[in-house]
Amino acid sequence: MSRLTDANVALAREMIARYPRPKSALIPLLHLAQEQEGWVSDDAMAHLAELVGVTAAEVRGTCTFYEMFKLHPVGTYMVNVCTNISCQLLGGEELLHHAEEALGIRPGGTTEDGLFTLEDVECIAACTEAPCMQVNYRYGLRLSTDDFDQIIADLRAGRHPQGLVTANPGEPIPSHGTLGLTRQQTGESKMAGVLPPEQVNEAPVWLNANATEDAS
Amino acid sequence: MTATEPEAEVVADGVPVTIDGVEILANKGELLIAAAERHGVYIPRFCYHPRMKPVGMCRMCLVEVDTGRGPGLQPSCMLPVSDGMTVLTESDVTKKAQDGVLEFLLINHPLDCPVCDKGGECPLQDQTMAFGPGESRFVEEKRHFKKPIPISDIVYLDRERCILCDRCTRFASEVAGDPLIHFQARGNQTEVNTFPDEPFSSYFSGNTVQICPVGALTAKPYRFKARPWDLSEIASTATLDAVGSRITVQSSRNQVLRYLGVDSDPVNWGWLSDKERFSFEAWNSDARLTQPLLRGDSLGNPTDEGDQLVAGSWALALTKVAEALDGVEPERIAVFGGARMTNEGQYAWAKLIKSVLRTDNVDAQLGDGAGGKALLSLPRTTIDAACTPGGTVVVLGADPKETHGSLFLRLRHAAENDGASIIEIAPRSSGLAPYATSSLYPVPGELDQLVDALGDPFGDAAGVDGDDIAAVSERLRNEESFTVVVGSGSLGDSPAVIERAVLRMAALFPNASFLPALHRGNVMGALDMGLAPGLLPGRQAVGPEAPGTWANTPAMEGLDTTAMLHLAEEGGIDVAILLGCDPLTDFPDAGLAERGFNKVSHLVAVDSLLNFTSTGADIVFPAAASATEVDGTFTNIEGRLSPISRKVTPPGTARADWMIAVEIAAQLGVDLGFIDIDELWADLAAASPLHSGVALGDVMAADTDGVLLTGTSIDSVEPPAVDVPNSSDLRLVVTRKMYDEGTILTHCPSLNQLAAGASASVNPTHFSALGFSEGDEVKVTSQSGSVTVPVISDPGVPAGAVAIEFNQPNASAASLLDSARTVTTVSLERVS
Repeated sequence: MSRLTDANVALAREMIARYPRPKSALIPLLHLAQEQEGWVSDDAMAHLAELVGVTAAEVRGTCTFYEMFKLHPVGTYMVNVCTNISCQLLGGEELLHHAEEALGIRPGGTTEDGLFTLEDVECIAACTEAPCMQVNYRYGLRLSTDDFDQIIADLRAGRHPQGLVTANPGEPIPSHGTLGLTRQQTGESKMAGVLPPEQVNEAPVWLNANATEDAS
Repeated sequence: MTATEPEAEVVADGVPVTIDGVEILANKGELLIAAAERHGVYIPRFCYHPRMKPVGMCRMCLVEVDTGRGPGLQPSCMLPVSDGMTVLTESDVTKKAQDGVLEFLLINHPLDCPVCDKGGECPLQDQTMAFGPGESRFVEEKRHFKKPIPISDIVYLDRERCILCDRCTRFASEVAGDPLIHFQARGNQTEVNTFPDEPFSSYFSGNTVQICPVGALTAKPYRFKARPWDLSEIASTATLDAVGSRITVQSSRNQVLRYLGVDSDPVNWGWLSDKERFSFEAWNSDARLTQPLLRGDSLGNPTDEGDQLVAGSWALALTKVAEALDGVEPERIAVFGGARMTNEGQYAWAKLIKSVLRTDNVDAQLGDGAGGKALLSLPRTTIDAACTPGGTVVVLGADPKETHGSLFLRLRHAAENDGASIIEIAPRSSGLAPYATSSLYPVPGELDQLVDALGDPFGDAAGVDGDDIAAVSERLRNEESFTVVVGSGSLGDSPAVIERAVLRMAALFPNASFLPALHRGNVMGALDMGLAPGLLPGRQAVGPEAPGTWANTPAMEGLDTTAMLHLAEEGGIDVAILLGCDPLTDFPDAGLAERGFNKVSHLVAVDSLLNFTSTGADIVFPAAASATEVDGTFTNIEGRLSPISRKVTPPGTARADWMIAVEIAAQLGVDLGFIDIDELWADLAAASPLHSGVALGDVMAADTDGVLLTGTSIDSVEPPAVDVPNSSDLRLVVTRKMYDEGTILTHCPSLNQLAAGASASVNPTHFSALGFSEGDEVKVTSQSGSVTVPVISDPGVPAGAVAIEFNQPNASAASLLDSARTVTTVSLERVS
């Protein structure tokens, strides 16, 4: 329900500066807005429109194209259970059914305490580990209903859920909207250059840098 | 719909292409769909539009193409022709593809044709009949949306009918530059929509209704009014602004129901502003004048009506006007307006005024912009020349987006797509600012000094940075030729400022030619016909020699509106005649207009609708609306003659303006020499060297782009002296908006709520120095009056200036202005 905070506006300007055209930064900026609120509000879209100099309708057009941008408040943890073919064969539907029972919500719903939103998703690219699910895009693999219950119980209790795969062992699961725990910083030497494509007349800096490294 | 496709020139190095076994010569780089159409092969399409970039969205134009690698289906709207290409538009494979595409397009289409406004003229309906499979195999539920939803005050959207062709959304972003509608969501959920609470409030939204290939977009004024097969149509010209956009007027049962833009290549490319498109509503108004009106107590038998206007006969009104004019010295007659008439009305009135009444006190411009004589002395040019790819356009004191919609779209296209450079020299940032390469905003009253500085840069001038001036000056001097679109400037400045600026521009830059973007429809016709002081028909100056069949000409050059009103104020005007104008609200010095008209003994009005000024008239003649009720011609800003066609009969006893002039002359014992349009043109040809070679039939021919008048012009005019303002007070900028409280707009139910209201815009530096916050109500006080409006901070207003919009519902900026001053100075005071 709100615009970007001052700190995030500063971050937004840094992101915008990485692109030749401001509106190219729109998708990272939508993630930033979602990180701030857990979802993308109309106010946030209107604010992004101001920041990149397009209309709010254009921002909304981009935002609504991608299902991972949520237009309504969602739980702290977004639980995506896969029911596509491999998972379905190995119990994905049953897992989803169990999740509905356990959380007391239908897919698309959010628990009353605001902790969990359940979604029934298409293939999440872990067919060898079926049935699988994601919690805030961290994988749970070859899950039994007990595994599921354990993960939910851990999250409710604020413990690290052992059943979820994280980049580093024991890493906390950030709330919905935060994609990674470290923010990527692009150094000047790695920037692609901020010229509009039609004005580019030499190879990008990073390409030159690579060429030099290779030669040495 | 009825828009004709633009004809591309066939170039010598054509590309041979075989379409359905016939070899044609296509132009290099031409799209296959366009090349085929030019040679009589119509490939069905929904998304392709010749005035927008192709997107290949609908897939309807798939044809079998072989470029030497074997035949395959390709979208002909995305495919430029290539040498030796063979195309099959009616093969089994093509037909199967068309069948399939149509079946898919109809999956979610509701087929509510019997209740759809588009039924009968619907490309989807027509092409389904012509190319479709006849039946669908889909039994699934179609998608449902709330229908229809308003996406602006004028346009309604029915998302169920939409086939997602991207025409309206492309128009909004590519052509109008107002991308307020956009595709939302994805896949089967895709819909066109606005951002919540941010309507598609574009000045050009009506065009999306015209180009929608289904009934998804409908315009409020036409919804459920008629079926296409009940409409009859005629080619005409839009008369509300001076661009002369070509239109088709459609009516049913003697009522005009719709204007459609016609693609005239040198003029409007098929586009219209909403103000132009929906202005016909005013002529359907119940408030139309249907019979002559006379002041009750002037009738000799005082009745209950007292001094009210009461209906009278034509005979009585003509007798009364002859009595009023009897024995009046020519210098004591003043005529205002005439820019809303056809050329024929203007010629007849010019002859009546200048040859019969022998006065030169006539001004169609009402204090708006440089004087007619000065403008007719300039080398003129065309819209096409202004929009030359890679060329340079100076927009001098004009805001085409607000005042000349179709011209704005042409200039915007030139800047965005054809590499034209726009140099904006304006009293405040205009609608072209986002597309301009340089923007110079001189302080009020010093526009002419800025132009002088462009000729000879010496540093800062008129509050504009010296480096910016030098850069623009350098650029203009190095151009082989460039166009100056000259507007009215700021109405807060004396018209002498813009007049001096444009004349100095012409003197300093021999490589400049001019497009006078003046306010009011046929204002250029009025100047060409002599409805301005010092002018006779055909861009000739008033002199001892009477042109053509004219018996006399005025003894000396007459007065413009300001001078006439000053004379009236001193009791020097006995009879004032209003030709379709409203000086009390429209003249940029409301106080002077009121004092002047109070002292006029006899006020005569000729108009289609009663307005603030004519309500006080003694005699009112009902005029047929020049837009749709008379045959005649129109002269646009280029000097292009185009037809105005009578589509419906005028209400009551209203008559064409030229007939009223003939009747009045006859009452005065003079035969003007014509009783129909053909005779009038013969008379005009004798009087005007400019029109002598032009056949009326050539102008009225529907399928041409009109006749461009060139040649004659007034000898050079000396730039007027302008007092250099030296006050350090805040100076006033007054500019026009597209939607205001004008007489025609207030009688259009769909448009009369759209005036946004005036505000006082101040440069951010002053804004903070004065301690205002956004939206504070402030009282703007000048020597002449005061208005209370919200204040906003706007970097597009020069430092030291306050900008207010003219003639808005919440404030009359005219009441602040004093036409005797070069600039109007004001003070601001917070009231809330």
